[in-house]
Parts: sequence; C-alpha cells; structure tokens
Amino acid sequence: MPAKNYASTRFSELTEINEGNVKNLQVAFTFSTGVNKGQEAAPLVVGNTMYIVTPFPNIVYALDLSKPGAPMKWKYEPNPEPAAQGVACCDVVNRGAAFADGRIFFNTLDGHTIALDATSGQPIWNAHIGNINIGETITMAPLVVKGKVLVGNSGGEMGVRGWVKALDAGDGHVVWTAYNTGPDKDVLIGPDFKPHYDMDKGKDLGVTTWPPEAWKIGGGNMWGWISYDPDLNLIFHGTGNPGPWNPDLRPGDNKWTSGIFARDPDTGAAKWFYQWSPHDLHDYDGINEQVLLDMNWQGKPRKVLVRPERNGYLYVLDRATGEVLSAKPYGPVNSSKGVDLKTGRLTENPDKLTGTGKVVRDICPTASGLKDWQPSAFSPRTGLLYIPHNNLCMDEEGVEVNYIAGTPYVGMNVRMIPGPGGNRGAFTAWDIAAEKPAWSLKENFPVWSGAVVTAGDVVFYGTMEGWFKAVSAKTGDLLWQFKTSSGIIGQPITYRGPDGHQYVAILSGVGGWAGAIVSGDLDPRDATAALGFVNAMKDLKNATTAGGTLYVFRLP
Amino acid sequence: MRPFVLPLLLASLALAACQREERDTRPQSAFGSGEQPTPVTTLEPGGQRPSPTDNKAASFEANAFHLSEGKRLFGWFNCSGCHANGGGGMGPALMDEKWIYGSSMESIHATIRDGRPNGMPSFRDKIPDDQIWELAAFVRSLSGNAPSSAAPSRNDDMMAHPSENRMPDAATLGKSP
Repeated sequence: MPAKNYASTRFSELTEINEGNVKNLQVAFTFSTGVNKGQEAAPLVVGNTMYIVTPFPNIVYALDLSKPGAPMKWKYEPNPEPAAQGVACCDVVNRGAAFADGRIFFNTLDGHTIALDATSGQPIWNAHIGNINIGETITMAPLVVKGKVLVGNSGGEMGVRGWVKALDAGDGHVVWTAYNTGPDKDVLIGPDFKPHYDMDKGKDLGVTTWPPEAWKIGGGNMWGWISYDPDLNLIFHGTGNPGPWNPDLRPGDNKWTSGIFARDPDTGAAKWFYQWSPHDLHDYDGINEQVLLDMNWQGKPRKVLVRPERNGYLYVLDRATGEVLSAKPYGPVNSSKGVDLKTGRLTENPDKLTGTGKVVRDICPTASGLKDWQPSAFSPRTGLLYIPHNNLCMDEEGVEVNYIAGTPYVGMNVRMIPGPGGNRGAFTAWDIAAEKPAWSLKENFPVWSGAVVTAGDVVFYGTMEGWFKAVSAKTGDLLWQFKTSSGIIGQPITYRGPDGHQYVAILSGVGGWAGAIVSGDLDPRDATAALGFVNAMKDLKNATTAGGTLYVFRLP
Repeated sequence: MRPFVLPLLLASLALAACQREERDTRPQSAFGSGEQPTPVTTLEPGGQRPSPTDNKAASFEANAFHLSEGKRLFGWFNCSGCHANGGGGMGPALMDEKWIYGSSMESIHATIRDGRPNGMPSFRDKIPDDQIWELAAFVRSLSGNAPSSAAPSRNDDMMAHPSENRMPDAATLGKSP
C-alpha cells in the first residue's frame, strides 16, 4: 500500500542509507511513464517487482527489479473514457495502487476499480462504480482490508454525493456502500454509532443539517487516505468539503462533510464521527491521512490518531472514541480561532465568513489548506511527524451558481497569494507529544509531494521545482539533493532491492491542483484560474515543465 | 480645422456606436439549430475547401448586447467552473492564443453545442441556440477577438483580470503595423 502500513506511518526500518552516507546517493535507473500529467502516485514494490500507476490514462507498469535497468515485465492499459478528463477537478491524477494476495488493485479516472494478476498483468475483474455524467471520478489509492477493496469517489467540486465502497477482493462485487450525506441508513449509522461530541448526535443529521434535498448534491467525497487498526477492527477515513463552496446555499452543519468516520470494515457500520469544519466555509476537505500511533499522551498510554488537517490544525484524536486530545495550528491560520476541546467545535473567525457578493480578503489557509492530500511521515525514533505543506492565503467571493449535473458546482471566486513570509511551502517536523514544531524548512513553492522517513534518520521529499531532497530527521539539515526533470508532487518510497541493498524511488512530473498551471497550460493572467491556485503559482511555468519520469536512487 | 468637421466626426462616431447595439430583439428560443458541419481541422486532403459559415456568427460577434449576455451566461451555465474567468482550470484556458478545436465563431459554437472528446460536455439540449452564439462571441472576446467598442468593460464580481475590452487586439497582436 502507498502508506507503507495500515497505520500510515511511511516509516521504513531500512538503515543502509543514513545521515552519513546519503550524500553519495546516485541514480540507479529511470523510467518514463509516457504521461506528462501530475504524478501523485507512490511506486509500489512487492518482491522483485515495482508497480506504477500513471495519471489518466491510468496505465499500470510492472518493472523487474531483479534485472539491470529494471526492464518492463508487463503493462496494462485500462483505456478509460477520455471524457472523464473534463470532470476531474484538479488535474487527472492517480495516487497509486494497492497489493494483496497476488493481485494489484487500482482505480481509473472514469470510475472503475480493477484487479490485475500481479504476475501476468491480466485483468481479473473490473468494477464500474463511478458515473462521469454526474461528475464522479476516482483518483485515490485503494486500501485492501480483510479481503475488501476500499474505494471512495471524487467530485466535491461537481456536487457529487460522497461515498466509500467496499468491493470484494475476489470478484469485485460491492459488499457495502456508505454515503457521507443523507439519511442514517445510507450513511450506515446504526446502534453502534457513538460519536464523542453532542454536535454529532441525533437522527438523520445527514438530512436535517442541510436545506431540503441539498444533501443529494452536497459533496463529502472520499478521495484521500484510509487507515486501519486491526485491534479495534476499525477503518478511519475522512470526508471531503460540502458543495457548493458558497456556504450561503447550504445553511446548517452539512453532516457528514469535512469530518472523519471510524467504521467497521466488515459491514461499513459507523462507530464514531468527528467534524473538523462544521458548515465549511473555505473548501477545507477532511480527507488527509490519519497516522495511527500508540503513545503516552500526558502520562497515559493512548491509542491515538494524528491528522494534520486542511483547516490548519494538527489534531490528535483518541481513535477508539473520536475525542480530540489536541488541536494546535502547525502554520498560519486566521480563518478560525482554535478548537473548543469541550464541545469539539471549531471556532470560526467572524471576520473571515464568506458569502454571496462579498469579497473577504487574506483568509489563511487557502482552499487547498495548510496541507492538502500530500501525506506526512512519522518516525518512532524521533517522535516527529514530517509534514509537507503549503503556506498560502486567499481572497474569496461567493457568487451565484446553478446545479447542472456533470458540471462544476462551486460558486466561489478565489485568488490565492503567498502566505506570511512569502515562502509558499514549508516542510515541518512536528513534535506530537510537545504539541509544537521541532523545526521547519521554507520552500519557495508549496510542498505538494509526500514524505518518507527511515531508520537511518533521513527524510525524503520533493519540491515543485524538481528537487528531490534528503534532510536529517533530527535537525532538518539538508544532506543531499538531486534535480529531476520536472516538478515533484509524488510520494517517495524506499525499499530493499533483490540485491539486498536499499533504494529510494520517486515519480517526477508536476501537476495536481498546485501544478495545474503547468500540466494544464493555464493562463496566469486570470487570477481565478484553477480555482484561484494559479494566482499564487504565476512563475511555475518558468521553473519547470510537465513530465512523467520515475527516478530510483542507491548508494554506489 | 474647418468648423463642420467636428460635428461630422461626432456623428460618425455615434453611428459606429450604434452598430454595436444592432441586433434581432426577438431571438429564437429553439435548441440545436445551426446544424452546419464544422471541420475540426484545416488539413483537408485534396486542398482546403472554404469553411461553411453561419450568418448568425457575424450578427452576434461584434454586438455589445450579445457579448455582455455571453459573459453573464458564461457564469450561469458553469462554463466558469471549468474555464475560470478565461484562464482555465479543469478545462483549458480560453484567453490565450491556443485553440484546440478552432477559433472561429462556428467552431466554438460547435464545441459548446456538440462537446469535444477530451472532456468538453455537449450542451445541445441545455442551452438555446442563440445563447450558444452569445457564449461563443464572449469566448472570443476573452482573447481579444472582439472589437473593444463592443466587448464587456467591467466585471460585476472580483476583478480576476482586466476587462475584455482591454485585452490586446488579437488581430494585430505580434504583427507589425
């Protein structure tokens, strides 16, 4: 799985590459994916084979790591419908594949989940679960838990109703579907549902916290990460922003959007829910990664869930109950004034309330969040969470919007600007127990790549200029860097090759929402292009060009 | 300057300003008219043939009312959801000089009406034909392909970019006088 383990720590026990010798890293081999769109996927290494999923048209490559230069073993082309590109909100990305029981599972932009034989590349089943004509796409990496392939849909900018489905890994049939809006029976809320806070208690809140029928086109999509705790037998997944962005069209708390569910993986039954951003005003999707840790929290051993959230807070939750133990901003936040730990509720800043016909300036963080999908990594050796993130603010103006199925349903003019200090990105090591940063590195562009940390105390991440960097896990000191052919927005991995040596791999290829100005060739003269992101990225076209290349490094 | 030149000049200016307002005040409400085939390419084996033209194109193209209506509809039909205010996003930028499926009024009209294979939806049964022409005229104005006397001069919302009538004239851009 892209996150290394069910706890999503992205921590590798490998130690061959360490703080002392990482400066000697050199290229072992490269591979062109043949697709010049945003490469957000994590390469997947199983045994002697590396698997890569490209952005649309979602080609899967298997590379033989046991031979020099890693030649291709097979490739599989699912040929998704080209029209799907027109309903993908933020570039035509894919976040990777998952492996289980000799099979590779991945999703296509046009709404298919496909199982391939990992040895031969032959398709075993193909489940069509998303409908592009209502704006549904799938960009997430699936997670396989107890013989079920867990998949969620994208489309929060198209008024698509969010869901998570569990498909049988054997034949692909849908075992359960849990919607993230609507009546309790659709959301799979039953007698086992015990949210910690009063604001999440009540019957059919997925209907009653919306204007009539608005929940049907209300978003709450699940295009991010899922974690799994086998001891508690719970999966944890976030829910995306409510639609449309203009909040005047949806008075109410808009359950169950911009929150997090704990569910039974066997039945999908909800166990608890917590809402990061009730009645979200700023497109703060709640779909980031959840890092599951067992740690001493203020003297007591707790099973916690750590979440660097889009709204700017680093949440520590008790993952058995959904109780918030800590919520501290890990960067500049002025859209809210903190989280009330008694009620669990985010305290909105009254000066930053958005609405129709009103331009609200300097809202931090932006719609893309203090951190978007780009996953962080945790090292048990340092106790630090390594967070790749953004440092951006924005102006917003709510505008009227009509719902037309299969077209955007946003209703917000946005233009983004660099955050305080002018650096648009940062890489922050957060001391979870101390609730404060240990160190933070400034980056010119948003850090839109994931991170990986190793027992050699080295952290890897990439920048949108194309630098692939290794820094000390303890101090953040830059130890090594390599300039790849395009900006990096992918997920670095490290693995032990068939020769017993440690390798580090990253896909280079700029794009995603942040890089859409390059991958989509957008015009920087329009401040609102790419939902306002282009305004903050006007110079990216001068810093990098589109690409799609795998880089693999090793020691000489 | 002889004394009668100024009134003459003013009169001619007034006439030119009238042109931008000339239009059919009883528009057709029908869907899907204008069925003429519009080639997607200029490459035609056996020599290029003249592209079919639609007389609607000329009557909508330089008309201030239609351009401003096009600007309003561009938001109403969620064109702005994908193409932003011309800079693009989910869909390509419309204010630059690159045209994937042709820059003529007829081509843009066909693109909106019939869609295109890489993601442009077909609005055939959603938008009345005359409104598609208004949208096509506005789309051309985003890249300076409309007379500045007729192109919209202001935004009702956040200024995302200079107004359409201040875009560099695409017809003369990059050419010596």
